[in-house]
Amino acid sequence: MKSTFDWGWAALMLAVAAAWAPATYAQDANTVRGMAATCANCHGTDGRSAGTVPGLAGVDKGHIVAQMQDFKSGKRTSTIMQQLAKGFSDAQIEQIAAYFAAQKK
Amino acid sequence: MNLKRREFVKQLAAGAAVSAIAGCAETSRTPAAGRVVVIGAGYAGATAAKYVRMWAPDIDVTLVERDSEFISCPLSNLVLGGSKKISELTVGYGGLAKYGVKVVRDDAVAVDPAKREVRLASGATLGYDRLIVAPGVDMQYDTLPGLASANAKSKVLHAWKAGPQTVALRRQLEAMRDGGVYALHIPKAPYRCPPGPYERACQVAHYFKTAKPKSKVLILDANEDVVSKKGLFMAAWNGPYKGIVEYRPNSELEDVDVATLTAKLQFGGVKADVLNVVPPQRAGQIALTTGLITANNRWCGVNWQTMESVKVPGVHVLGDATLSAQLMPKSGHMANQHAKVCAVAVIAMIKNQPLNPQPMMVNTCYSFIDDRNVVHVASVHTYDATEKTMLPVKGAGGLSDKANELEGTYALSWAQNIWADMLA
Repeated sequence: MKSTFDWGWAALMLAVAAAWAPATYAQDANTVRGMAATCANCHGTDGRSAGTVPGLAGVDKGHIVAQMQDFKSGKRTSTIMQQLAKGFSDAQIEQIAAYFAAQKK
Repeated sequence: MNLKRREFVKQLAAGAAVSAIAGCAETSRTPAAGRVVVIGAGYAGATAAKYVRMWAPDIDVTLVERDSEFISCPLSNLVLGGSKKISELTVGYGGLAKYGVKVVRDDAVAVDPAKREVRLASGATLGYDRLIVAPGVDMQYDTLPGLASANAKSKVLHAWKAGPQTVALRRQLEAMRDGGVYALHIPKAPYRCPPGPYERACQVAHYFKTAKPKSKVLILDANEDVVSKKGLFMAAWNGPYKGIVEYRPNSELEDVDVATLTAKLQFGGVKADVLNVVPPQRAGQIALTTGLITANNRWCGVNWQTMESVKVPGVHVLGDATLSAQLMPKSGHMANQHAKVCAVAVIAMIKNQPLNPQPMMVNTCYSFIDDRNVVHVASVHTYDATEKTMLPVKGAGGLSDKANELEGTYALSWAQNIWADMLA
């Protein structure tokens, strides 16, 4: 096993991955923050609320996902969020939650 | 495998060398990654300017606006109802400075899409890599000759752009005798803010109910039915405002006699004490001048993945000026969402990154039935790559069950947050 493993090639691939990651990440970040920004009208820029509607910045990712799923299923009732949560896929909810969890309060 | 690998390493090295040179050139001259000009600092334009700079501080952003401060159309009906002052709906543009947005108080009078240049009323020109046009709507008086003069327009107001007209209409209502009639004409859809006129009828009725109880609100709607939140508004007109509000569908205005404040309809005239005519609308003048209008001589068709004009390359159009996608209202909230999809696209285009394959937009419109009780309509829209448009997400969105005070607090919170989202 050891004799067939090409350390040089592995190192190169790691370097390639490192070099390419920022471009890919930058695009994904641009897309994800764009989607998270759909929430900002009511929850504030980057989730920092200026009003009585709760802020989302720095809130635990799992908590946001759980709330969104409860809105989606109807387990948690609300005026508007149960209607809006149904518009987002599970994958989108994960991405949005991760984005807000990473923002400073 | 070895050959391929060697080739690959060579290409990688070549690529690295190129980036190193590009990197050097960039750091020595530190030019902006690109220049963006935004025309119009309303819900769409101000948001676009802020978000491009917030997400990409290396892009130069200039925002051109003719007014000295922002005055919100949403909540402006509350000025007519008496529970808000226009100053409470007014926000300055100073907050955009911290993002590095250059705000230029001027009027954009022409665009040269070939030279990629905007000409301002002052004579100055602004070059751009990408132009964002967010001009809102212009009122169309060409079918109403009685309202052609400035004098006529000062007596029969539209108050469909928040500001001096809103305040003037409130004064007309205050000066009206008890027992008088306030008549509101609504143009055929599409127009700015579909539920707005019906909310206005509620707000004026709310004022009359307490201050001038013998007075009436007469809605002359050119549409065949209530365009938005029908059940919720009807509940108000048949409930708390029964005997005050009268709704007349299919009442398209043919002209106005200003001297007698008479709305001339197909079957006779209706005389009012205060006559409020919301005329038909189209995309703002600069959209027309630039050749961005593609539908019914009124609205600008856009590529919904990028908000770029379907007609003029390099120019994006936002907000009420766009030819709306299916079930997409001309609302301030939607304009703000257009701006964010546009900001993502403009940054990707300037930086040669792939486009977002599936932009999302959300709409939330609150309407005040009185000074506290509110109803909403909401929807979620997603880009459909096959249909090449935004489509409402099935099963999402909806209406309030009934008017309620909780949504009154949400609506005021919404205003604080969306104004901050665009301007602070």
